Amino acid sequence: MTYGQLPYDIAHMLGGGVLLFSFVLLYQRRITAVINAFAMQGALVAFAAAWQGVTQDAAGLFLTAAIAFGAKAVAIPLVLRAMVRRLDLERGVETALGIGPSMIAGVGLVGLAILVVLPATTGVHALAREDLALSLSVVLLGMLMMITRRNVIGQVIGLMSLENGLLLAAIGAAGMPLVVELSTAALVLVLAIVAAVIALEMRERLQSLDTHALQDHRGEQG
Amino acid sequence: MLTALALLLAAMLLLGLLAPLAAATVLGARLLYTGTAAGAIGFALVALAALLGGGAEAAPLPVGPPWAPALLALDGLSAWFLLILGITGTASSLAALGHAVGPQPARVLVPWPLFLGGMGLTLAAADGFTLLLGFEAMSLASWALVAADHDRAENREAARLYLAFAVVSAACLIPAVGLLAAGPRDFAFAALRDSPPDGWRAVAVLALALAGAGAKAGLAPLHAWLPLAHPAAPSHVSAVMSGAMTKVALYVLCRILFDLCGPAQPLWWGLPLLALGAASALIGALRANLEGDTKTLLACSTIENVGLVTIGLGLALAFRGADLAPLAALAAGAALLHALNHSVFKTLLFLGAGEVLQAALSRRLDRLGGLIRGMPWTAGAVLVGVGAAAALPPLSGFASEWLLLQALLAGWRIGEFGVQISVAAATAVAALAAALAAAAMVRFFGLAFLGRPRTPRAAGATEHGGPARVALVGLAALTVLFGLLPGPLLDLGAEAVRLLSGGALATRWQVTGLSAGDGVARYLPLAVALLLALLVAGLALGLRRRSPPGVVLGPAWACGFIAPPPHLPLGDPATQPSAAGLAQPLGRMLGGAVLAAEERVTMPDPGETAPARIESGFRDPSFPWLLQPVARLRDALATRAERLRDLGIRQCLMLTFGLLVLLLALVAMLERQ
Repeated sequence: MTYGQLPYDIAHMLGGGVLLFSFVLLYQRRITAVINAFAMQGALVAFAAAWQGVTQDAAGLFLTAAIAFGAKAVAIPLVLRAMVRRLDLERGVETALGIGPSMIAGVGLVGLAILVVLPATTGVHALAREDLALSLSVVLLGMLMMITRRNVIGQVIGLMSLENGLLLAAIGAAGMPLVVELSTAALVLVLAIVAAVIALEMRERLQSLDTHALQDHRGEQG
Repeated sequence: MLTALALLLAAMLLLGLLAPLAAATVLGARLLYTGTAAGAIGFALVALAALLGGGAEAAPLPVGPPWAPALLALDGLSAWFLLILGITGTASSLAALGHAVGPQPARVLVPWPLFLGGMGLTLAAADGFTLLLGFEAMSLASWALVAADHDRAENREAARLYLAFAVVSAACLIPAVGLLAAGPRDFAFAALRDSPPDGWRAVAVLALALAGAGAKAGLAPLHAWLPLAHPAAPSHVSAVMSGAMTKVALYVLCRILFDLCGPAQPLWWGLPLLALGAASALIGALRANLEGDTKTLLACSTIENVGLVTIGLGLALAFRGADLAPLAALAAGAALLHALNHSVFKTLLFLGAGEVLQAALSRRLDRLGGLIRGMPWTAGAVLVGVGAAAALPPLSGFASEWLLLQALLAGWRIGEFGVQISVAAATAVAALAAALAAAAMVRFFGLAFLGRPRTPRAAGATEHGGPARVALVGLAALTVLFGLLPGPLLDLGAEAVRLLSGGALATRWQVTGLSAGDGVARYLPLAVALLLALLVAGLALGLRRRSPPGVVLGPAWACGFIAPPPHLPLGDPATQPSAAGLAQPLGRMLGGAVLAAEERVTMPDPGETAPARIESGFRDPSFPWLLQPVARLRDALATRAERLRDLGIRQCLMLTFGLLVLLLALVAMLERQ
């Protein structure tokens, strides 16, 4: 597989799409738009997994794709939306980092990921190298998102988009056992549940979703 | 030979493990000390066998780190230092045996064999890992021994400072060995020797080894722990710490700089050693003149002697760099001989101080006096040690210091002008230190053993006898023997001298004495001793001849003292010179510049009835110049680090993220190359 062949190109395109949505996540200000972008990213990861299932002829990857689609593109966004509605955040606008700076930082991180991965993987076939570079970029952008967002929901989405990057890396590597992918999927679900509980509790007790508000309450009991 | 050595090391470890069982009874403690004495004798015998019959090549042990077996070997250099350890360990174990009259706590018994074994392992190691393992075992065990008497606050303080210095030494030595092993990617000495470090790496190894081994040997400016730790530890432990542990640190320095760094070092490598050695010699000798505590005084004298040995080593390095192998052999021989002689007489003096402490219950010179009457054996042995420490011929200290001064006086043969000037300065300082050491020893012996007792307890002090006396007399005999036969002794260490001098052909030393080269000064200790003996015998004979017949014993002239008043049966202690009083002239002359010694006189106002007061004191320069800035830095860093605890969740994430990006950037940069 190399440039110009259909399997490579489609896989590359899907991976690129995931990265693109990471950028979208980075600068979106409205919380509903962030959730939408996250759902799209989850769907793209699921498609990428399915496509890898086709090219690698691995049935397990279809299961991964189905779980990823069900959880990340449908269930979690729905839950998050319901929560936003319940917490009355639909019109919430959040300025974390300006569009310009976050784009510049993001491009820098992608550049760094490429600089790290490409020399380290000489000798591996092209798709795996590209895939690793893309997924490391997605991971780094997810982390950047966690830092720049103040809102707890934004931070959780950052964490889950980071996990999307991990999944992208896992499906790109041929022969990765199914149990790895299943367990990361389970991890994401648990994460979502914990995050929802924390967000609701925070809202109830602190009347805020800004994690900075937690700062003043450290060490309290009960 | 190596098998015997490995068995001895294992036996020391076993003794350490069994020691808790021995803690309950007197018999257990005695058995333990007998065992360590036997082990130390074994060390000395193995060392002698290696020195006489050639060393042993590296052999693997069945145990070791995961990547390779631990290697043991014994060459001339390590055998020489093993001999030092054997002599010191035997004598100290015997002294401890003599004083084990009650059950000893496990915290004193357990570390003792481990301490000796750790030093043995350091000397026997033939790879970097085993060397560090032994060195750290030695550090840790000796810390436990320094902290043994921990219910007194000053001992806890001393143990804490000691531990800090041990950690600093480890933090320097481990990277030094790591840098050495970075090239060949192997820890075995043979591999390290084949690919010595070069460029900045060699300079870093020099600096780290000097700091790491210097902190353990007590080289200025890292000597602050010595005068505190030695009084805190039990006497037999301070004897070994002074006699053997500082020498093991010097051995590590020799091994790294002279052996593992390859056959050729630049000329200037000797200069830092020369400078630090001279500074240690001066500070140690000066402080020994001002201290009022016997063991602190002896510890300061140890700093001085370690400084002298280091001067010899630095000179040997410089001569090696200048391709003057015979002179390098002279300097290295002086350093090695002084290391051995110092270990013997300093062990003797520390054990003597221990006897005094045991009998007179004080270490303070102001509470002793007149002990020569109650403790003639100890006084005689200590007199021999004091004579050697003061470098009086024909005792051992004179031979090695004479050789060292001869090597220093040959320093002009190095062409570089800067080196010539440094060597000349070091010569002056070494001579000054030797003279100061003599003054300090006169003060020590005079205040502790001569004059009249200053306290009732000192008046009632009696000899202890037993194995401790054997140790003292044996060490005194060795001091005399080594003083009379320095030539054969250096022949014994010819292999070590060859190693240190960079492969010079072994010079044959004459049995009768030492010579600094063809056509220059010679020292014939046997002739000197004979001359002295003739002189003394002639004097005695003449006195007897010329004295009138019919000797009448009468009361000694009391130097003009009036009869003591009834409330002070021993006489007023204030009529005798005190430790501070005897220290005053030297403190005023030299202490001001080096030790910031000062005197303050407080006069009462006219009409006031308070007495006038004079307060004098001094401060070691390492406290204000090194330890206090370091302590301030530590506090500042701790305050900074404290702020990290107050970060919010995003800042914490940011730290992690920043570090990750930094590491990735580093990886990318390394991949570029």
